[in-house]
Amino acid sequence: MSHITAPQSVALTAKLRQTLGQIRPAHVVVTLVLFIGAWLMIFPYIWMVSSSLKPAAEVYDADFSIIPKTFAGVKNYSDVLFGQPYPRFMLNSLIVCVGILAVQLLTAVPAAYALAKFRFRGSAILLGTVIACLTIPINVTSIPIYLGLVKVGLLDTYMSMMFPFFVSVFAIFLFRQFFRGFPDSIIDAARVDGMTEIEIVLRLILPAALPAIAAFSVFSFVSHWNDLYWPLIVVQSQDKMTATLSMMQYQSEFDTNYGRSFAAATVVTIPMLLVFLFARRAFIRGITMSGVKG
Amino acid sequence: MSVRTTFERRQNRIAYAFVAPATLLIVLIYLAPMAMVALTSFTDYTLVSDYWEWVGFDNYRQMLADPAVSNAVRNTFVYAALFLPGAFIIPLLLAIAIQERKQFRSILELVYFLPVTSTLAAMALVWAGLMDSRQGVINAALGWFGLGPLNFLGDPGTVLFALAGISLWSVIGFNMVLFLAGLTAIPRSLYEAAAIDGADHPVDQFFRVTWPMLAPTSVFVAVTSSITAFKLFDTVAILTKGKPDHASEVFLYLTFLEGFEYFNMGYASALSVVFLGVIFIFAAVQTFWADRQTHS
Repeated sequence: MSHITAPQSVALTAKLRQTLGQIRPAHVVVTLVLFIGAWLMIFPYIWMVSSSLKPAAEVYDADFSIIPKTFAGVKNYSDVLFGQPYPRFMLNSLIVCVGILAVQLLTAVPAAYALAKFRFRGSAILLGTVIACLTIPINVTSIPIYLGLVKVGLLDTYMSMMFPFFVSVFAIFLFRQFFRGFPDSIIDAARVDGMTEIEIVLRLILPAALPAIAAFSVFSFVSHWNDLYWPLIVVQSQDKMTATLSMMQYQSEFDTNYGRSFAAATVVTIPMLLVFLFARRAFIRGITMSGVKG
Repeated sequence: MSVRTTFERRQNRIAYAFVAPATLLIVLIYLAPMAMVALTSFTDYTLVSDYWEWVGFDNYRQMLADPAVSNAVRNTFVYAALFLPGAFIIPLLLAIAIQERKQFRSILELVYFLPVTSTLAAMALVWAGLMDSRQGVINAALGWFGLGPLNFLGDPGTVLFALAGISLWSVIGFNMVLFLAGLTAIPRSLYEAAAIDGADHPVDQFFRVTWPMLAPTSVFVAVTSSITAFKLFDTVAILTKGKPDHASEVFLYLTFLEGFEYFNMGYASALSVVFLGVIFIFAAVQTFWADRQTHS
């Protein structure tokens, strides 16, 4: 790939020299390396979009060019969006992600509030359990949960796709840390004013914890949109297939309509790229919160 | 006094009502399945037959003798050995380089972080295209240097390198952000103090100030990256399915195969228990280290 970046970096050095004048050479070299690295990071996307605009025969053409020689973008994308059930797959992903997030917030916020601000018997045990469960990934509990879903006949339903994620111990832990910092005096004053506990949560705690909730929401949405493992286990039919799971049908060597494959890959990737561009701060905050507090 | 106790009793009721839904779900989603997976690991239960019996430690004994398991363990270790140094050092260097920069900082952060949120299943297909054995862009670039062509994903000798490369691409930005957060938390005054003591060269500064101050972040990055390496699944499921010749069959993928392809639930449960055991060890390292820090 380096032969592609070479002319670019030369142009870049020239430009840097011009604009920055008497800059240290080490600094320029590091900047250059950073930009070459950035190009490597972003190149797969450029290649994906470029390939999605090409006819099948041109995707693996010996002399690669980013701009398609024959433009097949309209055909590839209309094949994906109208010829294949992609709107359905995207809708399924959306339903599952929103459903999971809604229940996660509904269960985590009150539990976290109680753990942060109430003293009740068993609270230490519950908090300990929450922290212990932080380390348990779905991969460990998948067999019994799957067998349970088979028993109750829920395989291949939205319910089965969402159920293992209805409670997020991470959210409970994170929100509890946040709620603990909320001044008790304000809560007591609100109680004296006759506010119910539910009102206190909705009108005082939630607005104050909005950054944490936003960060967690983006985090949850992205990770469940991108999840392959669990849908692969419980989804059986086309009409419950998620966007991410649908990528499985392109790994066969028999599907040689490459242009269309990469149009599908682009369609599946774009929603998370948009989420990322618009909610980058919240997302990064989510990661660093888990890093600092986890 | 009775006012006090009724208030407390009411508060207690509210607290229990607030934690009840989450507690019920934790029991259903974590505690009961954990107990079930442990119990199932002592049975020969398969989904194909209703008859099953207790087999004691047979599944665990079988694991020790199973060439598929030792192969998967070996593959996982080789993959981790390829992935982890890069997943630690590259983001650390990037974070240090980017943090000092005034220009381009946000665009560089954005670009390096982009792969983290991307749907890996879709981007794996793109990587397979880039790594194509005949006409892939990477082989074209290698040809430029008179190397290759390599059948990255189809050759038992290269497939773990290829998977490690894809994982690196997807995790660099994540670890970089963690390191950036850690670097930002180091007080400027420490660098000034070190400079007064004679450490004004960047390398001296790194070893005198940055590295020791960054230790908590480093441990966190190392532990989470190790867990990520151990949980390798998506790219294997999409691109190789453990092929060629079981060369990319890693531990979690083998567990998945035993459970959900061959339906050997007893054996797969035993593998899951071992899987969790390893994750617990990583978590324990992290906790132990954090404790030692706060007590010293």
